[in-house]
Amino acid sequence: MIPGIEALKVISRNQGDSVVITTETPYTVWDSISDRQEFHLPLINSMSKASSIGLGLALGRPDLKVQVVDSDGSLLMNLGSLVTIANMAPENFIHFVYQNNVYGLSGAQPLPGVGKFSFTGMAKAAGYANVFEFDELEEFALGLPEILEKPGPTLVCLMVEDSGPKPKITARMTKHAYPEVRDAIARTPKG
Amino acid sequence: MTTSEKTLTPTSILDELKKLGVSHIVWLPDTESRFLYDAVASDPDIKLVPVCREGEAIPIAMGLILAGQKPVCMIQSTGFYESGDAVRGLALDVGLPLLIFIGYRGFKREGPIVDTAATYLEPILGAWGMEYHLVETDEDVDRISLAYAETQEESKPVAVLIGAEYQQG
Repeated sequence: MIPGIEALKVISRNQGDSVVITTETPYTVWDSISDRQEFHLPLINSMSKASSIGLGLALGRPDLKVQVVDSDGSLLMNLGSLVTIANMAPENFIHFVYQNNVYGLSGAQPLPGVGKFSFTGMAKAAGYANVFEFDELEEFALGLPEILEKPGPTLVCLMVEDSGPKPKITARMTKHAYPEVRDAIARTPKG
Repeated sequence: MTTSEKTLTPTSILDELKKLGVSHIVWLPDTESRFLYDAVASDPDIKLVPVCREGEAIPIAMGLILAGQKPVCMIQSTGFYESGDAVRGLALDVGLPLLIFIGYRGFKREGPIVDTAATYLEPILGAWGMEYHLVETDEDVDRISLAYAETQEESKPVAVLIGAEYQQG
């Protein structure tokens, strides 16, 4: 298993010029590990919708790379989005799933179906172009740059464990971050 | 000619959407809108984004707006109910300038309305403080531009209730 914060740091180091959308546990720490806040939309107020927002952004700006840092409980609430995304097939769409098998922000209650379902299996069956799963930090860190070069949609499932004290939430509210991200995207020349 | 004798055609809606520069329709079709769906699916100017469940529509539109596009959503009232958390947490809380077309299933101008898909719609829109406009015939489609202007000027979602089945034409 990968320490959760370390998995997120690897994604952050590889953010490049991408726009990142985070939700649930990942949004609580992202602003403390990334220096590109203007290209980070934390989705705090509507659990499950990160993948769908990312799809819309990827379709609307195919010249930009979009990285969605989803959570397992969140994606379980919006599994149909896997089919919707695969159908639209945006090549600039990377879908990370932070799988810690619990509802981390509400007391670590177990998700239904742990050990029975597979996000990579579901994404592959839905029609994603690429799927990957990692449970070792070093393998993930070494493999991610090459994965990001592949035309998407790509799903990367990260088997993580959270340890230590609950992180202090540093995220901005979605409604405050939204106009900042929108304006930053508008300022980015289309290429 | 009475309202019940007039019709709502896909052409009139499409023309109005093109006038507004709409780029995408995020859509889950319903029985009443099948002729409009056929027209949009074969139209080169507006892109169709089909969804598996209506709750995906508003967040996809949010992403498109982030990207500088001009989407609208089209869902039935039943799907609007399913989309409740996205309406609350995204469209209303963030203040998305978004037109949401809602198929007003079960609506009747005359006689009792018995379909709960219709009876709950306006009270729920009212509870959320969402403005809405009713479109029943081609003569009403200019209300779409009025609703669109409200979304842009006040940065908020506005509903267009489609109170009739589209006819071919």
